Order: sequence, then C-alpha cells, then structure tokens
Amino acid sequence: MSIEIRLSTTLRDIVPGYEPEKGLRAELAPGEENVSAALLAARIGIPDAQIKIIMVNGRQSKRETVVRDGDRVAYFPAVGGG
Amino acid sequence: MFRFLRVNMSTKKCSFEPVPEEYAGLGGRALTSTIVAREVNPICTPLGPHNKLVFAPGLLGATNSPNSNRISVGCKSPLTEGIKESNSGGQPGGHLAKLGILAIIVEEMAAEGEWWQLELSMNEARLVPSNVGGLNNFDAVAKLVEQYGSNCSYVTIGRAGEFKLTAASIAFTDRELRPQRHAGRGGVGAVMGSKGLKAIIIDPTGGKNHPLVDEKAFKEASKRFARALTSHPITGKGLAEYGTAVLVNILHEAGGLPTRNFTVGRFEGHEAVSGERMNELTKKRGGEGAVAHGCMSGCIIRCSGIFPDAAGKFKSKWPEYETLWCFGPHSNIDDLELICTFDHMCDDIGVDTIDVGVAIGVAMAGGGIPLGDGEAVLEAMKGISEGTPLGRVIGCGTATTGRVFGVRRVPCVKGQSLPAYDPRAVKGVGVTYATTPMGADHTAGYAVTANILSCGGQVDPLKKDGQIELSRNLQIATASVDSVGLCLFTAFAILDVPDALPAIVDMLNAKFGWKLTGDDVVTLGQRILSTEIEFNRRAGITEAADHLPDFFTDEPVAPHNTTFDFTHEELKTTFNWIDRK
Repeated sequence: MSIEIRLSTTLRDIVPGYEPEKGLRAELAPGEENVSAALLAARIGIPDAQIKIIMVNGRQSKRETVVRDGDRVAYFPAVGGG
Repeated sequence: MFRFLRVNMSTKKCSFEPVPEEYAGLGGRALTSTIVAREVNPICTPLGPHNKLVFAPGLLGATNSPNSNRISVGCKSPLTEGIKESNSGGQPGGHLAKLGILAIIVEEMAAEGEWWQLELSMNEARLVPSNVGGLNNFDAVAKLVEQYGSNCSYVTIGRAGEFKLTAASIAFTDRELRPQRHAGRGGVGAVMGSKGLKAIIIDPTGGKNHPLVDEKAFKEASKRFARALTSHPITGKGLAEYGTAVLVNILHEAGGLPTRNFTVGRFEGHEAVSGERMNELTKKRGGEGAVAHGCMSGCIIRCSGIFPDAAGKFKSKWPEYETLWCFGPHSNIDDLELICTFDHMCDDIGVDTIDVGVAIGVAMAGGGIPLGDGEAVLEAMKGISEGTPLGRVIGCGTATTGRVFGVRRVPCVKGQSLPAYDPRAVKGVGVTYATTPMGADHTAGYAVTANILSCGGQVDPLKKDGQIELSRNLQIATASVDSVGLCLFTAFAILDVPDALPAIVDMLNAKFGWKLTGDDVVTLGQRILSTEIEFNRRAGITEAADHLPDFFTDEPVAPHNTTFDFTHEELKTTFNWIDRK
C-alpha cells in the first residue's frame, strides 16, 4: 500500500533530503489498516503541533482520516498570503 | 493641522481646505469612496474632466500603530465604469498623514499632452511642469530623486498611465525609493494620466505624528495589536519568509490554482514558481536580495522580499502570488526568472500585474500569443511601453484583450479580471468576485481564509453552505480595515487572535476620543459598501452585474469537477442590509 506525501514550507526542513518535485512515498505493510493522517505524519517525524492543515486528495481532512492505497496526503503549517 | 488639498489641473490652483464636517471621522477607503460619491457624477466619462482622483491615508496613519500607513486611491474607474478604491503600501501614505493632509482631491484636466508634477510640503503645494514625462516609473523616480532628494517619497505613473490604458496603475515608492508598491486595480493610473498629472513629490519635513487624545491608552493598545501580529504564525513569520507566493503550492494542492485560462485547477510546474523556491533562491543568491522586507515604515509583517538575479543584483520585488499565478500557471509558464522580469516590467511601465497577466493568458487562449511562449510575452510587455497595438490591447486589461481576440472564457466581473483562485474550487471567494462593487477582487472579501487556510474558521471550499455569509462578513470587515489604513494582511491576526480587533478599536478611541465598539466597525463597513453600491447603481451598474461569466457555471473544473453553482437570486442576498428594489 503506497501513499504519496507532500510537505510545505517549514515542514520540508524537518525531513532531510526532501525533494519538492517528488514528495515522499510511504509504504504500509500488507494488512495494515486504520492508519490515520496524523499517524502517517508522526511516522515521518513531523510534530503534530506544526501541522495546521491536512489535505487528502486535495480535500481538507481531519487528523483521524484513514489513508488508503494511492492517496495523496499533504501537510501544511499555518500559511497565508493574498 | 488637518486639511484637504484640492488640486485643479485646469487652473493649476492648489488650495488647502478645512476638512468639511460631513467627512469627520473618515479615512482611507471610507473617505475616498464618500468623496467620490458626493463629488463625482456617476455617469461622467472616467477619463474626462468631471472625474476626480482622490488620495487618502487611513485613520491610523501617522501613528505608532503597526502596519497602518497604507494609502487609498479613489475615483470612477475607467476599467469597471463603477466606483474604485485601490490601496497601496509604500511611504507616501505615512508622509501625507504626517503633513496632516487627510485627502488630496485632483480635479479637471491639464491641456492634452502637458505633464505636470505636484510639489507638496508642510506649507506649500504647487503644480510645476514635469520634467519626467515620457519616462517609466524607475527612470522617472531616479530623476526626481536627483532633483528633490531621498528624504521625499514619490507617486508616479509610467507610460501606461500616460497612454491612459485601462489597466494602468499608480506607483508609490517604498523605503528604498523604488516605485514598486502600486495601487494596481481598476485603471487608477489612467485617471491620473488623463488629468496630466505625472508625479507627486511629498516632502515630509516638519511633519509629525498625529496628536492622541489619550497617549497612554494608545500606546498600550498599539502594543497589544503588535503582539497579536507577532504571535500569529502567518503575520509573525510565514509572510516574511515566503511572501504571498506561499499560496502557489497550497492552491495547487486544493485544486484551486487556475491553469491555462481557468481550464484546470492544478499546474504541473507549480514547484518552480512557488514561494518555497523564491525563498530558497533569494537566500542562496544573497547580495541585494532580501527575505523579510517591509514596504512601508511601521510594517512588522515584512512580506515584500527582494528577488536577486544570479549575480546577486536587484532583479524585482518578490512577485505577489497573484502575479506569479497569472504570468505562470495561467499562461502556462514555469520560469520564475522570467516571471520576475514581467513583475518588474509591470512596476516600471505602471500596470496592474493581475489585469495584464490575466490578459496574457487570455490572449494565449485566443491565439494572439503562443501558449506558454515567454519570449513572445516579453515582446508584448515591451509593447505596452512602446505603445504598439498589441501592447495597448494587453495594457487595457483582460476584458479588452478577450474581446479583441474573440475568447469564450474571459474571466472578468464588471470588466475587472479575476485573481488567482478558481471560484469553482474556492466558492467563497467566487461570491466576493461576483458581488463586490469593485469588480472581481479577492482582497474585497478574502474568503480563501476559511475556505483554504483554516484561518477565521473553516468553510468547505467546494460546497455552497456558509459562503455567502462568509463573503458578506469579510467584505464588511475589509471595508473597515481599508479605512483605518491597515495592511489587509493584519486580517489573518484579526480573524484568529481575539484581542486584535479590540486593540484596533481601542487605538481609534484613544486617538480620537471616541467610544466605538466592535459593532461600530461593522456599521462603518456596511456604510462604505452601501455608498459604493449606490454610486454604481447611479452609474448604471446594478445587481444584474453581480454574477460570474457563465463558463464557471457551465464547465466543471478538475480535479474536483465542481462548478460555481450559486443562482443569481442567492447571490443577491449578499448585501442583505440594503433594499435594492
């Protein structure tokens, strides 16, 4: 089971060697179910306190959202402009 | 010490006037819109003698409040044919306020072909023949600085304003005397050009901060407001580090980054034109580049970075998100260097980056410029300054360009182009585009906050629920913020930090001896919008114009495949305190 992960701004600094064009891939073990977006972030070392927004497949999602094979999960700290 | 300055471009008379009673307590947008509504006939020709051009600092200008030195520019817009308020950072807002000038009202016109400049100091205002006619903003300001010195600030138009192109902007110098903060939207530069006014030189010598009724209370409230700004992650850190360009990647992710003239909501080349990339290159190249740069005195947000070229020399200011978007994804270009060149050309020639950048992508959709061809865009941009036929078309903005090239998808409301958020994937800002009296304008009611940024609550961007109320409340609040002279980016803190708005109200009360409450701020915002909507109605722009072009309701946009599905009847409920029968 493979998940695509995208990081934004300061969150990129936490993961050594993060390549913006590629993002990250997380492989979940066969049969591993109920992995939440929050747990996935913890596995790659992103502290929960630094995450403001989670998008799963381009939709704002809650921390407890269960990720599925082929999902694209993006994490953002607080960002804003205009 | 407070006065209006009236400048008659026909007689060349400049007169200081006491502030009339009916304008007491107004500043910024509240003042420009009220003056325009009272003094300008709504059916006048925007580029004729009966239109007026009004400049006004905000209510907290020339105080120690953070981020309060913006300047509003008002007139009847030659782009939308309705009322316009366009505001800018830079130094002139604070300087005007320090001189006690609450508004400059420019009226009538000089003889065709004549260029004049207004010299303004503590005790004198006079029009003299301009020696910078024909120059673009950077050369014009450099020459003016030689003559008047680096203590002054400068307001200028470039060649686009001289040609009276309807996307022409007015430039305001920043702290380093670069004319790169602009009142961009609505063709205000064309109105200045039509008057024959090339430049305003403001000498702040002898000016001072405004008197405060309760100095101690002001200082305390100002500190609280500063604390709210520095404690919020966006205004305290994010904007300084990445500029507004930080939005490229999040809008791409959300499927709301309009690409190739609003045909899809994601752009494969987004990383190359992102805030992260701009930050990285600016730091790596060093030299004259700058991260965390403020465009005006008193700014603690500092979003206006400086982008260096490969040799570390100044190349452009950090382009705003909207600029990166329209010259980038919208025009199928993923070359950051080139987009910075275009940004600088817009600043120099004096045009709105949004209306011109969107025009480029629309020209591409109509076959006028090859899709994604950066070199062809460069030639078209040079043409604005040279006055070539294509340059003049592009310089008149998106609506004109769409007509000339017979384009089906022309993303405009009331003649003004949509900014960088697809209204089908960020529906709240779509409501703002459709209804604001300014023509499509994200800053008029920035629902991207709750739709995308989880700031000021959360409203699902793909659903209709709650969007009209969100847009309404933001439009009201924004009208007030624009009147106080505050940078709109303070709104991120205002929306999230409970003490921010009370601190602003307390500053106003301490300065003027008022007893305002938060409710009065709402009333002020509603009053401004009512005034603007009534001007438009008398100009012939009724609520029939409050809708988006129908391709947004006809065509779903990927990746979410949603349409803008508000009915006209629903949109009519936005300004629910106004009886528009």
